[in-house]
Amino acid sequence: MKSIIQVNHLRKVYGKTVAVDDISFEVQEGEIFGMVGPNGAGKTTTIECLEGLRQPDGGSLCVLGVDPQKDDTILRSNTGIQLQQSNLPDRMKVWEALDLYSSFYTHAVNWEGLLSQLGLEDKRNTPFAKLSGGQKQRLFIALAILPDPKLVFLDELTTGLDPQARHAIWDLVKDVRSKGKTILMTTHFMEEAERLCDRVAIIDHGRLVALDEPAALIRKLGGKERVAFNLESSMPADFEKALARLGLVEIEGERVIVSGNDHHQAELVGEVVRLLTTTNTRFRDLRTEEPNLEDVFLKMTGRAMRE
Amino acid sequence: MKSLLKMTWMEAKLFLREPVGAFFTLAFPLMMLFLFGSIYGNSPTSMFNGYGTVDISIPAYTAMIIATTGLMGLTITLASNRENGVLRRLRTTPVSPLAILAAQVIVMFIMTSLGMLFLVLAGKFVYHVHFEGNALSIAAGFVLSCLSFYAIGFILASLVPTARTAQVVGMVLLYPMLFLSGAGFPRELLPETIKKISTFLPLTYVVNLLRGLWIGESWEQHLISVAILGTMLVVGILASVKLFRWE
Ligand SMILES: Nc1ncnc2c1ncn2[C@@H]1O[C@H](COP(=O)(O)OP(=O)(O)OP(=O)(O)O)[C@@H](O)[C@H]1O
Ligand SMILES: [Mg+2]
Repeated sequence: MKSIIQVNHLRKVYGKTVAVDDISFEVQEGEIFGMVGPNGAGKTTTIECLEGLRQPDGGSLCVLGVDPQKDDTILRSNTGIQLQQSNLPDRMKVWEALDLYSSFYTHAVNWEGLLSQLGLEDKRNTPFAKLSGGQKQRLFIALAILPDPKLVFLDELTTGLDPQARHAIWDLVKDVRSKGKTILMTTHFMEEAERLCDRVAIIDHGRLVALDEPAALIRKLGGKERVAFNLESSMPADFEKALARLGLVEIEGERVIVSGNDHHQAELVGEVVRLLTTTNTRFRDLRTEEPNLEDVFLKMTGRAMRE
Repeated sequence: MKSLLKMTWMEAKLFLREPVGAFFTLAFPLMMLFLFGSIYGNSPTSMFNGYGTVDISIPAYTAMIIATTGLMGLTITLASNRENGVLRRLRTTPVSPLAILAAQVIVMFIMTSLGMLFLVLAGKFVYHVHFEGNALSIAAGFVLSCLSFYAIGFILASLVPTARTAQVVGMVLLYPMLFLSGAGFPRELLPETIKKISTFLPLTYVVNLLRGLWIGESWEQHLISVAILGTMLVVGILASVKLFRWE
């Protein structure tokens, strides 16, 4: 596999704000590469430097073999771009936007097909200003995919979309990847990053804090599996002590949560259930919780809200 | 080329969907012509040197349309497309920046020409207007006037931060100019002092040039107008190349 984007020590400063502080990574051809991070982490700044829309203050970039600041013809004709914030003229109709943008590219895909894949058929004659937020978002995704480009940038892929649309768009993005295209996307939905991305970069305060396949990140950084249940009767004597041998125990009223030590999940569940039955303890709502990317994210970036 | 055509066609549709702009470019001047035509007719009067009200109104209202599209239409469209990020989105595509701007200029030019055409047709068929000039000559004067005002429009569009400001600045420049330059109503009706002020207004030179060419005066008699409009055009282009912002 060859790398299609190289970012070396990228830096971007706005006045006193260091938006991107020494970020380096590579994106391989044919992968879906995700960037996640709290608000203001520097994702949009990074992606827009790669798109040639912002000028870096330091480091070097190479996209499709060229420096985005220098050669913008190669970049413009071989990338599809969805900006985090964008607009079309209020009175431009959906089909007109697709038709117009098709005329800019030599190998544009048939936009009629995209219209139905994105559920916009009923809206083809609706002016841009009259679309709902999610419909606008879908139109912009269509405009990004339309050129059938080698590389697609999607900044906040499914923000504002309902679950149906989100699933449809995940399929669409996977389709695009299966045609050998590369996708660089950002998202605030950890489930989306986990399901869709081949690799995920976690960015915080303009720095890269972790980068790997979602499963690997979870394995390395996700923490323990948990088993939670509600007690129906009072706790037998010594029950808590016995539980504590299995893992960390938290008790809130009748809710009990056990976070496993080094157990495999199956083992932990087995042990907990065996303990419950041997001590004849009545329980309900037993659930197991696997660590996920959200746990990794919160662990790496903290729980404090950003300005 | 294909994208320039598509974009021009699209911008033309958008222009016509914007009721205010379309009204002041295509309908309002015609309404004025019919209004004053029905009051004064088109009989020759000594005040207008032997020409009628409609004879002198057609070139004057054409100047009015040129100023409206240049200072308002073009400026507001560009400023609002920049403010909303429409221009930024277009810049991420392979379409050339020049084509994006050219499409706007072409559409404004076509709409201004249509506005003039309606006036000329109404004048010809309703008021039997006197035209003593040379069609090619007046077309050349019209193109020069349009381009010089569009160039000013580009400077304004580069300087104003928002569409709202574009609208206010456009109105502040346009309305006094329409009254004082002889475009909105005949300069012959204005007092002497105001005629002096009018020599400082660029639109005055459009009115002079078009009125002169309309009645068959020569270009030599209007070298001052040509020089002033030509300078506006060159300065406007140079300044906008330096000042124009896409976001
Ligand atoms: N044009 C700008 N001028 C000044 N500061 C900016 C500009 N753009 C971004 N910033 C600042 O740079 C930092 C990074 O912003 P950026 O938009 O890259 O964050 P992000 O990770 O995309 O956030 P979000 O998830 O909210 O979209 C923020 O602190 C922001 O305030
Ligand atoms: Mg962002």
